[in-house]
Amino acid sequence: MKGIPAIELRNVTKKFGSVVANKNVNLSVMRGEILSILGENGSGKTTLMNMISGIYYPDEGQIFIDGEEVVIRSPKDAFRYKIGMIHQHFKLVDLFTAAENVVLGLEEKEKYSVKSAAQKVAELCERYGFEIDPNKKIYEMSVSEKQTVEILKVLYRGADILILDEPTAVLTPQETQKLFAVLRKMREEGHSIVIITHKLHEVMSLSDRVSVLRKGEYIDTVVTAETTEEELTEMMVGQKVVLNIERSEPKDRRERLMVKDLNCTNTDGVKMLNHVSFTAYSGEILGIAGIAGSGQRELLEAIAGLQSLESGEILYHNPKTDEVVELRDKNTKQIHDLGVRLSFIPEDRLGMGLVANMGIVDNILLRRYQKGKGMFVQRAKPREIAEQIVEDLNVVTPDLKTPVRRLSGGNVQKVLLGRELSFTPTVLMAAYPVRGLDINSSYTIYNVLNEQKEKGVAVIFVGEDLDVLIDLCDRIMVINSGTITGMVDARSATKEQIGLLMTKTDGGAEA
Amino acid sequence: MMKTEKKVQEPIFHVVKKDGVVLWRAWLIRAAAIVLALLVCALLILVMTDQTPVEVFESIFEGAIGVRGVNVMALFQSAAMLLCISLAVTPAFKMKFWNIGAEGQVLMGGLAAAACMICLRGVVPNGVLILLIFVTGVLAGMLWGVIPALFKAQWGTNETLFTLMMNYAAMQIVSFFVVKWENPKNSGKIGIINQRGEFKQAGWLPELFDVDYLLNILIVLAVMILAWVYLKYSKQGFEITVVGESENTARYVGINVKKVIIRTMAISGAICGLAGVLLVAGTHHTIAANTAGGNGFTAVMVSWLAKFNPFVMAGVSFFIAFLEKGAGGLATNTGLNASFADIIIGILLFFIIGCEFFLNYRIVVNKQRFSGRLKQKGGE
Repeated sequence: MKGIPAIELRNVTKKFGSVVANKNVNLSVMRGEILSILGENGSGKTTLMNMISGIYYPDEGQIFIDGEEVVIRSPKDAFRYKIGMIHQHFKLVDLFTAAENVVLGLEEKEKYSVKSAAQKVAELCERYGFEIDPNKKIYEMSVSEKQTVEILKVLYRGADILILDEPTAVLTPQETQKLFAVLRKMREEGHSIVIITHKLHEVMSLSDRVSVLRKGEYIDTVVTAETTEEELTEMMVGQKVVLNIERSEPKDRRERLMVKDLNCTNTDGVKMLNHVSFTAYSGEILGIAGIAGSGQRELLEAIAGLQSLESGEILYHNPKTDEVVELRDKNTKQIHDLGVRLSFIPEDRLGMGLVANMGIVDNILLRRYQKGKGMFVQRAKPREIAEQIVEDLNVVTPDLKTPVRRLSGGNVQKVLLGRELSFTPTVLMAAYPVRGLDINSSYTIYNVLNEQKEKGVAVIFVGEDLDVLIDLCDRIMVINSGTITGMVDARSATKEQIGLLMTKTDGGAEA
Repeated sequence: MMKTEKKVQEPIFHVVKKDGVVLWRAWLIRAAAIVLALLVCALLILVMTDQTPVEVFESIFEGAIGVRGVNVMALFQSAAMLLCISLAVTPAFKMKFWNIGAEGQVLMGGLAAAACMICLRGVVPNGVLILLIFVTGVLAGMLWGVIPALFKAQWGTNETLFTLMMNYAAMQIVSFFVVKWENPKNSGKIGIINQRGEFKQAGWLPELFDVDYLLNILIVLAVMILAWVYLKYSKQGFEITVVGESENTARYVGINVKKVIIRTMAISGAICGLAGVLLVAGTHHTIAANTAGGNGFTAVMVSWLAKFNPFVMAGVSFFIAFLEKGAGGLATNTGLNASFADIIIGILLFFIIGCEFFLNYRIVVNKQRFSGRLKQKGGE
């Protein structure tokens, strides 16, 4: 067995339309090994695993199982090769018991019997140390129990290559430890385990080797024992980018947006914002650093009026009238009607910021269709603005009517940014504004943010590239699992310092 | 090399989504679909009947417009009714609100019209009666459309099931009143309302220029133009599009999604109610549980096939009305089984709807494997 990987991918590529989700990825997992796939959100981890488990079919490349080339066309094929995937979103029938879910969809020769199924499930539990009642119904289970059922499901089918997609995202630290114990036991039994994650400390404590993906591209595989968190971070977020932005000292720095003690919980009951407080000043860029999914989105959406909060205050200081207004629990339109010129570039450009099937003009119209009297929309002004944006930001498009989904990522972002800037905002929030953009488009965006700062706008910039954050921002706030773990001066901060604040699990959290 | 090729059974083709097609090409594909459908029909006719395809197509044509075009107004009337209901469901579908309750909304509008005709005849002048028929009919349809919308907006209920069930509720209510207003007694139906006697033609929509159904058709054409303007140029129409495309974006720009859902369904239901009025007061002058005649469902197809464009909808409605009438004619004129006409309609629709697949997807042949196969064959 030695030397021949249990599963190996060679030059696997997958495209969705013009988006390249995976590009020439090479990967191998041995028997009795835990491999971590590390990468940020949107780096193509899940797509890659879906190709192994038969949900997607690769456009190019080959997959080998035990050294032999195979074609996996469906999840059924994957099971035949003893590959089992535990998805991030569970695929269980709520009204069935654990045992019923486990045997569901199996083509067995013997007669179906819930009793014997429950017994087999119980045996499996004992062997790997799961604590679960096979006769409990799914809707009565906790998240971690549901996950256990998913794992049992693939083990029951005889899987010896297990793929887990961000299994710890929904677990408490204790549950995570339990899961890891089970995974280690499986490794001892000779199973191959692939775990998708973006949490560095989990990678370090659990896996034997780590493969890193960045923006769909395969970066490298390293042995965990021979690497450090810092090295992995750099592989994950990319090489140092040299920015030639002249960073001026903030002028006329005044309180513009005061956020006090925000708390919110998502529908799964996970705390997304935990006592978040900060102040954004006019004429500065406030960077927000953190591992993807640490609460950045919730924070910006809360300020923009799209996220309901459990408690906290969002205060806006209007520079024109010198009044302070409360923005909490108001929707976008109400905030706009208060005379608050707040612009928000959301992370999901085509799903939230723009309408993918509309042209540039209609997308400009989106934010000003209410303007003008009467019941009809007026497209003259938006058309003017659209032409201006296309010219100012060099948007490449066949015409103003072409649906924006056909434009490249960079041009889509320019349209969105251009529209938001056409309001001459006083607060500009941008979430991952350069994600997926090429170097040139990225630089255009950075320059625009810098210009806005010089105009006295309070810019809030959620970024993933630490080098850019350090070069572009004035201050950097670090968020870690919904908690602010630090506020550093970007002029003196180091990448290592921020990286540690991003990943440490306790200690600073209480501060 | 040969060995691995045999082992690895790569699929010969897989399906890829297209990014969009050029207009002329789209129409070429559609035209090809119709030609292909006609060819398949012709083949079927040759194999299964003792008639020539030309004869069969001729009798379909004659069935649709009548001998020397005597039934042409009836054809336009059928098309107009289908168009009216299609226009009604369009705002809802554009908003991705799956309103399959048009059938019930039409019935409720028709029932309100019938109720006015029966209960208010002689009570108010005929002009007022007609006005009341329109108002109550539209309101009744609106009510039937708004109820599922309210539940969807407030509690997130599934509108597909809700609107579907509302159809059955409407049918039962109509059946109840059919028994109540039975005429003549024990016939199990209402019969023509105000056909003769003191209240002759009370509440009947007037006949314009002595042309049958002209008023109906003109009203529907007016609705068509209004719908086009509303969807394309009004602020509310824009809101409908945004909510349909992405609720997230709608929230992002501050659109009150609940309000838009309720308002749009009110409009959708109101136009259905209007269709009910036109059917009862303007066409049949009676009501039964099957007055809507399944058009509430056919309209869903018309609306989607036309990609929500009111003018294209007019064409599609006409086409479908033509086929339906023609099929009826085929059955009576040639003595062929009535089901045969349905088969022909089925084939035509199958090809027309099926070609949408080729407009949206492309089939990619795995060239390597394909040529590999050829090579193997050549080698042998």
